[in-house]
Amino acid sequence: MSYLLHLVFAPGFFGNGPVRVALLAGGLVAVVSGIVGAFAVLRGQSYAGHALADISVTGGSGSYLAGISPLWGFVGVGVLAAAVMDLIGVRRPRGRDLATGIVRGAGLGLAALFLYWAATSSSSSGTTISILFGSMFTISTQTVPLIVGLGAAALAIVGATYRPLLLSSVSGDLAAARGVAVRATGVACLVAIAIAVSLSAMTIGAILSTALLVGPAAAALRVARRPGLAVALAAGLGLAATWLGVLLSYDSYYWPPAGHGWPVSFFVVALVFVIYLAAQPAGAWRARRARRREEGGACSPAS
Amino acid sequence: MTGTWIVGTIAAVVAGAVGLFVVLRGAAFVADAVPQGAFAGAAGASLLGVSTLLGLGVASLAGALGIGWLGRRGRRDVATALTLVMMLGLGALFLSFSTEYAPEVEALLFGEILGVSPGDVVPVAIGGALCVAATVAMFRPLLLSSVASDLAAARGLRPAWVESAFLIIVALATSMTLPVTGALLVFSLMIGPPAAARSVAVRPELALGLSVVLSVATMWASIAASYVTNWPPGFFVGALGAGCYGAGRVVAARRGSRRAGAVRGARSLAGALSAGR
Repeated sequence: MSYLLHLVFAPGFFGNGPVRVALLAGGLVAVVSGIVGAFAVLRGQSYAGHALADISVTGGSGSYLAGISPLWGFVGVGVLAAAVMDLIGVRRPRGRDLATGIVRGAGLGLAALFLYWAATSSSSSGTTISILFGSMFTISTQTVPLIVGLGAAALAIVGATYRPLLLSSVSGDLAAARGVAVRATGVACLVAIAIAVSLSAMTIGAILSTALLVGPAAAALRVARRPGLAVALAAGLGLAATWLGVLLSYDSYYWPPAGHGWPVSFFVVALVFVIYLAAQPAGAWRARRARRREEGGACSPAS
Repeated sequence: MTGTWIVGTIAAVVAGAVGLFVVLRGAAFVADAVPQGAFAGAAGASLLGVSTLLGLGVASLAGALGIGWLGRRGRRDVATALTLVMMLGLGALFLSFSTEYAPEVEALLFGEILGVSPGDVVPVAIGGALCVAATVAMFRPLLLSSVASDLAAARGLRPAWVESAFLIIVALATSMTLPVTGALLVFSLMIGPPAAARSVAVRPELALGLSVVLSVATMWASIAASYVTNWPPGFFVGALGAGCYGAGRVVAARRGSRRAGAVRGARSLAGALSAGR
């Protein structure tokens, strides 16, 4: 029994400081991303989320140059970019992706420059890797309260605008007719998305953080019918993917081919992808059953 | 250096031509995702020790077809996003196995002016010719299905078929542009100049020509500036791409206001004439 336990949890998993911080911070971030992500997917803003994540690289690299915590850079630039994207008209469906992409391209170009400067000004070469592909095991304990605070802020935004957000996600016209400030709601949602992807940038990396935002939420929306249930399921799936990813990465230290562990971000992203694929047949089966029940209901009075 | 100029120029011509259809079809996210998926191929190729160009080609095709296949079931933007991050994650895994981790990641993501070896010129020239030929051959069907998909379907064009052909062309174009501009900024070259061209030129043939010219100019300026400053070429491509787009919007807005003024003038003239009568 203990042999089996050791096979699953490599020795020292629970006693390891960085692992504990990773489980705590990664779990928090996954829950926030899953909840906010449900709205991003419902509103068709996967691309906006991806672009915000990419642009936040600029902030992360810039704050490294300035010598402050990268999280501040991620969040600051992410929220700023959300405002710019709203300003140049990402609300119109046509041309929306184009405007998003242009802002993203300009931001990433600047990030390339900052990272180049960071690489030439100091001898440490790990900056690019940790900003782009995450640093789950090197999060300092001082950052955890900040992560909690920002996560709470994102959840507060979504919680305060839950009903109007849901209504304007499903039908913008209906929401406007009911007196919902559609544009303000949209900006609030973009800001929440920006905070969520900035937090994931700390754990699984800026250019991979779309995975936690979109994957669990899309899978949950495919399986669950009621929005509240879908939001909860998204948070749970994200949490499961992150924790399992941390475990696998810790175990992979003894795997071939390298003498070091496989990147934790790879495991999290791969697990999210598998969860999404697994949700596809489940969703199709549910839809078929619902259709059959509907047909059955329509037939029974006639018979 | 000469190799970089030649490859850069071919890549810019291809990106300008293919990019116009990316803009017309509103396929920005897909065109953004394919290059980032190709990153995994370049990383895998360097791990196995085979040609980078081969790895790029295989991975970008796999990414494009994967997006097409997954996108037909469920939400298209979600499928695109997840395929993209999955490929990026694989790339990170491959690179973590190799010894030269950091410099290689930077070169692949943000471009490198010397990232082109002289042996790449011939394959890139062949691929570029293929790409341009495919774009020219498919010019009418692509244009029709981009502008009016219903009409194209009525004419007997299968939308799924056109979409797959388009994705394959994007994948080919990506493989050639990526070594110079980097995976994250191929897309800037592919939509900045074409978006500007489209908002300035009305006729599609003219827009195509202008898009290619702007794209080549962006590429040459980026290579030259990167050579002088030693900064990554991706920065210049991103900045100039956004600059092209901004300039195009300004020109279009001014022309739009002039046209609106002309319409107003004509109306008031017509009003005056009918009042005088």
